[in-house]
Amino acid sequence: MHEMSIMEGVLTLAGNEAGKHGYQKITRIKLRIGEFRGVVREALEFAFDAMKGDTAAKDAVLEIETVAIRLECPNCKEIEYIPGDLNLLCPGCGSPVEFAAGREMQVEYVDME
Amino acid sequence: MHQVNLETNIMELNEEIAAENKEIFLDHNLFTANLMSAPGAGKTTVLEETIRRIKKDYRLGVIEGDLMTTIDADRIAALGVPAFQITTGTVCHLDARMIHNALKSFDIHNLDLLFIENVGNLVCPAEFNLGEDLRVMVYSTVEGEEKPKKYPMMFHEAEAVILNKIDLLPYAGVDLDQLKKNVLEVNPSAIIFPVSCRTGEGLDEWVDWLKSRIEKSRETMSERDRTRSHAHHHA
Repeated sequence: MHEMSIMEGVLTLAGNEAGKHGYQKITRIKLRIGEFRGVVREALEFAFDAMKGDTAAKDAVLEIETVAIRLECPNCKEIEYIPGDLNLLCPGCGSPVEFAAGREMQVEYVDME
Repeated sequence: MHQVNLETNIMELNEEIAAENKEIFLDHNLFTANLMSAPGAGKTTVLEETIRRIKKDYRLGVIEGDLMTTIDADRIAALGVPAFQITTGTVCHLDARMIHNALKSFDIHNLDLLFIENVGNLVCPAEFNLGEDLRVMVYSTVEGEEKPKKYPMMFHEAEAVILNKIDLLPYAGVDLDQLKKNVLEVNPSAIIFPVSCRTGEGLDEWVDWLKSRIEKSRETMSERDRTRSHAHHHA
């Protein structure tokens, strides 16, 4: 359940941001979480509900966008990712491939009023 | 309504402290290795065997992470190595702040090599940068060939993967070649060490690699020191 620690970070970041801009109330927090991160969406939502209570985000909506894995080979460009069968060796040329997407762990924006 | 676009790393707070840790390690020429694994993979036993082979060459320290008890720190202390136990209570990983605080328990001016044994967990520790130089994953081969595919994150994050308990392979019916192949599919640059802490097989290869990795890192560190004193000289 490291989602608790992660959510603590989100609420601190969002709270700091609201303070910096002179707002008391956070109305929405938008996160982008890559599929290839050890984070469970439901656990993150649970952590948010459990921890938002005495923060500026107590009435806020948490929006989580899951970013799908996309793989790119330096030689063959985009290669197919078969869900559940991660293979970072290119099926075409055998080169190690990179994540073009799916490793995100981001607070995209915070709405405040 | 006011919208602030942040596009900030959620882990930023941890990253900031990890960067501070990194600075402290560099300033003290202290090489740090973070050992991660599921519970029961044999991290502490691998560490004990590593310490026996390496303690004549380096001044060692160990940070142990567990939910409860000082059993692991006691095992390390029995080898004559300073050990500090972090008990996290319910937290499933070590984070940069815990390491930052634990450093106060060591005389880090007199350390060359610090091992951090993470909390036993196959997922969470991989998400938390501690500022370490090296990430090593220990995996118990008897758990099967498919775990790297099912739980790829930690395998992906590790520079070296120790496949432990290979003496048990004949009883477990696990195919070591298939296991290695699966590790390389989720981490093509992984350096793999099949070992047995019971028979000692493979441990010297792992320790030799670790030593050369430490020396390589020290060369980079002294390079950095030279650049710094050079810059200072001209300031």
